[in-house]
Amino acid sequence: MAVPKRKMSRSNTRSRRANWKATAVATQACPQCSALKQPHLACPSCGTYAGRHYSSAERSEHQG
Amino acid sequence: MPTPTKGPRLGGGPAHERLILANLATQLFEHDRITTTEAKAKRLRPLAERMVTFAKRGDLHARRRVLTVVRDKGVVHRLFEEIAPDMAERQGGYTRITKIAPRKGDNAPMAVIELVREPVNAKPKRAVVAEAEGAAKKASKIVDAETAEATEVPVDDAAAADAAKNESADGGYGADSAAPLEDGSAPEGFTVKGNKDSMKYHVEGSRWFDATVAEVWFKTADAAAAAGFEPAGGESAQQED
Repeated sequence: MAVPKRKMSRSNTRSRRANWKATAVATQACPQCSALKQPHLACPSCGTYAGRHYSSAERSEHQG
Repeated sequence: MPTPTKGPRLGGGPAHERLILANLATQLFEHDRITTTEAKAKRLRPLAERMVTFAKRGDLHARRRVLTVVRDKGVVHRLFEEIAPDMAERQGGYTRITKIAPRKGDNAPMAVIELVREPVNAKPKRAVVAEAEGAAKKASKIVDAETAEATEVPVDDAAAADAAKNESADGGYGADSAAPLEDGSAPEGFTVKGNKDSMKYHVEGSRWFDATVAEVWFKTADAAAAAGFEPAGGESAQQED
């Protein structure tokens, strides 16, 4: 079975992990309520998309 | 015919997928609108649309074909008698998927899939609109050329100056419009900003009002609309209070 020859140094471990980055989600203002929403998704604060209302799209702060 | 699905089936196997899709279709035709995951909604769409096509055909054979998927006779009755007539004018595109925020718990992307039952409103073809706009532009160019010719004649210098003055006074869009003052601010009594490039108007306090550089000012939103300007962001966003 293939096994590592050397212990991975902390430096190598950390420099590998330093490249794990998160990207910011693109947002835009909702045309209805001007809260921030993701493009192509119904607005989570007012539940509208393209002038139509979807109550199941509404999200509060606690109910994600 | 829908493209065969790539990748693994929904649920545990082919039979499980058939059951899931049949149940989803039944619920969709019963309630008109269901909330599910995006993946399921996308798989359901071709099946549901095929069921509507059968319903539009409306004969006994079609009904039996639908009954092999949707087992509930009450729901099939609703599909054939209530939904199919609404879809009579529609040529495909019977369902609409709207993505909504991911659900709590597993962060799965969710979607609402619904039957499009509102009557078909035929939009004017884009080509026709573009043609009309092109014609309008051409007409205005001809007018411009004529005025330019007039200014070239030296005798008409004074007249041309007058014309220029008039234009600045009414902004070029009738009596209720005005060109901005030298510092870009509004003349007295004019409150609606107009953008000549986008042909949109902005009433005071609306969303883009502060950011807009007024190329022409209007007294009222109605005057702007009469001059061929569109309300920016739709009619409801540009209500004067």
